[in-house]
Amino acid sequence: MTSQILLPALSPTMETGKLAKWLVKEGQSVSSGDIIAEIEPDKAVMEFEAVDDGTVAKLLVAEGAEEIAVNTPIALFETEGDPAPAEVSPAAVPAQPASPQAAQATPPSVSEAPQQTEDLPADTKYRSQTVREALRDAMAEEMRRDDAVFLMGEEVAEYEGAYKVSQGMLAEFGSERVVDTPITEHGFAGLGVGTAFAGLKPIVEFMTMNFAMQAIDHIVNSAAKTLYMSGGQMGCPIVFRGPNGAAARVAAQHSQDYAAWYAHIPGLKVIQPYSAADAKGLLKSAIRDPNPVVCLENEIMYGATFDVPMVEDHLVPIGKARVWKEGNDVTLVSFGIGMKHALAAADELSQLEIDAEVIDLRTLRPMDLPTVMDSVRKTNRCVTVEEGWPVCSIGSYVGSMIMQQAFDWLDAPVVNCTGKDVPMPYAANLEALALVSVDEIVAAARSVVYR
Amino acid sequence: MTETKEGLHKLLWRKGWAPPDDATMTDTKEEKEMTGAAAAAMPPDDATMTDTKEEKEMTGAAAAAMPPDDATMTETKEELLGYYRDMLLIRRFEEKSGQLYGMGLIGGFCHLYIGQEAVVVGVEAIALEGDRRITAYRDHGHMLACGMDAGEVMAELTGRIGGVSKGKGGSMHMFSKEQRFYGGHGIVGAQVPIGAGLAFADRYRGNRNVTFVYFGDGAANQGQVYETFNMASIWKLPALFIIENNQYAMGTSVARASSTPQMYTRGAAFNIPGESVDGMDVLAVKASAAGAAQRCREGDGPYILEMMTYRYRGHSMSDPAKYRTREEVQKVRTERDPIKLLRGRILRSGIAEEAELKTIDSEIKAAVSEADRFSRESPEPDSSELWTDVHLPV
Repeated sequence: MTSQILLPALSPTMETGKLAKWLVKEGQSVSSGDIIAEIEPDKAVMEFEAVDDGTVAKLLVAEGAEEIAVNTPIALFETEGDPAPAEVSPAAVPAQPASPQAAQATPPSVSEAPQQTEDLPADTKYRSQTVREALRDAMAEEMRRDDAVFLMGEEVAEYEGAYKVSQGMLAEFGSERVVDTPITEHGFAGLGVGTAFAGLKPIVEFMTMNFAMQAIDHIVNSAAKTLYMSGGQMGCPIVFRGPNGAAARVAAQHSQDYAAWYAHIPGLKVIQPYSAADAKGLLKSAIRDPNPVVCLENEIMYGATFDVPMVEDHLVPIGKARVWKEGNDVTLVSFGIGMKHALAAADELSQLEIDAEVIDLRTLRPMDLPTVMDSVRKTNRCVTVEEGWPVCSIGSYVGSMIMQQAFDWLDAPVVNCTGKDVPMPYAANLEALALVSVDEIVAAARSVVYR
Repeated sequence: MTETKEGLHKLLWRKGWAPPDDATMTDTKEEKEMTGAAAAAMPPDDATMTDTKEEKEMTGAAAAAMPPDDATMTETKEELLGYYRDMLLIRRFEEKSGQLYGMGLIGGFCHLYIGQEAVVVGVEAIALEGDRRITAYRDHGHMLACGMDAGEVMAELTGRIGGVSKGKGGSMHMFSKEQRFYGGHGIVGAQVPIGAGLAFADRYRGNRNVTFVYFGDGAANQGQVYETFNMASIWKLPALFIIENNQYAMGTSVARASSTPQMYTRGAAFNIPGESVDGMDVLAVKASAAGAAQRCREGDGPYILEMMTYRYRGHSMSDPAKYRTREEVQKVRTERDPIKLLRGRILRSGIAEEAELKTIDSEIKAAVSEADRFSRESPEPDSSELWTDVHLPV
């Protein structure tokens, strides 16, 4: 019997991959467990094993092929005793559609999203980079600039980052400055705070922010409050960073958005970049900041590509929002991966002749409310978009501030589009329902413009 | 280290522990270095124990019932009088704090260090320029011992602008960059990983400084302490972990809260050696700290000193102390008081006359009165201070 070997999903968020190397030839017999290929999703080279005994009948994808969608047939496999299959050309095999979740999670490409150009000269050159690469460059540039800066966390050094954000850093900076920690979030967060009190500038990576809940006492009680408690003497120049919010199909304990949690804490600064350029510029600013900064990243966005300015020292100021798209009918306020949904909704709304203005908060604390107010005074309507839960959300705060500062300009109530008020379910259909959707944002915008 | 080891064995012997027989020891070098753990592995010889029931319950306290051997003192007169002065300053300062609390001038939580003075003064006796220290919320003694100004500490207690933290921190939250005192932490155990981070910074910078990380017998049961032990051991951090075992975690005795009464063995699983020290004897504390700190400075990694000590007052000002008898406290005060102990030694050995000590007593009394005056006269912080020191300017 002949069967297809499909490109496997090798991580919860993998959508495409590169066939780095075939380790078998056509006609070769293999046993279950033999390595047949090396597959490279966006973050690592992984070995792919045969799951059955048989013969590789046909390789459908050439070595080195990139951007192969998950579930695309890459080889034909014949179990023993069966006749050889008829010749099938790769083009004849239809690509399997990715799961609805994977399709929805498609990262924005350079061509889809407007580019970061603010405050930069018109002749600035850009290069296409992933958010992952931009974050790595930010850390590496700051470590070259200041030997007090170092990176610590689980798997940051030899493994090169659980999500490959610190790729190449151990080789460049050595194990004294790229420090693998045991799985001990509470302990290493506290230890990081101590190094900051003593004058170092640690970047503490949490494999995901979900695990930082074990360490939140040190982020809040030790890092955020000490400057105040010491009457201004004891600053804590530290960055806590890691992927935040839902990845894909990792269920309740690995899918939480902590934006509102950290934004609540005086003494912290909280950034949640969307684009690669902002990720780089904001993280560099965070590392230089003499205060504790929480940088909330997103696993799904790590592989998204954006234009990043090729300038010597690209810094984005903390505390400054960005207007991604100007518009006159309704203001969409979002941040982080929420921006992906907000921008998609703005596209749909434009087809309905509703002209949305889209604001990326970028920093959640201190929040750039004047930019929001200026926009609401123009559009008279506001919809907020985030993946976190609705109770005491970022959106509910933005809404209350608009009531206090721009009440007379409002022509409709502010609507908060959020994740649903339930723990994240595992089932694909339920997960999609739990996350904020483009349809919901479009519906909310239509409800506030009354059409 | 040899001297310290002998001292330790002597101490353990006094407690009724059998010293390890060198002739029969087959330990490797590494194992030998784990003096405390090795010693603890020997079971106590019940036949030789003559302690009363009360004494048995307070192993460490019992140890100090033996008078120290004055003849072996190697300290100069100046050093001994310095320790006396420092311990007395803490004692009088804390007594004054208790009074001010009763008068309503100090609010909130206030944890007094009375009874434990020998621990911090003995450790500070071996501190070098650049060494760092960190503790929890029973922190007034640590600040005075490392040279912070008594008036500023007391003004912090009264919540005044002249306080170390401009009145924003209070009893539990004080810091001094200048004296390398890193708090003053209100969350039990949180200072332990932070302290290891301070030590990490010194290792990163490649200097020979040590961080003194103080925590109590209560904090010794916090998970983050063991996360820290593990990291400190694998990275060989120059951290000296000082467990101030004052027998009670708030109202819970060590016997009720700890799976093992020997807290200095708590590092064994992480390859961190430790030893038990008579924390009521400032010279014993100093001797142990000297050896342990030297080890840290030489890059041999962390070390644990369990200081057997006792707090005379309640856990905080609102503690009725129903968990122990008045007699128990009185017995320690009479027989083991660290200040009386040192005073007696100084007088017996003829190092100083009664009159000289009385002069010091008066000086301390005057210094505390001055701190008291400053703490009352310093104004409350201006209301504009509410909004300052949240962030440093970029």
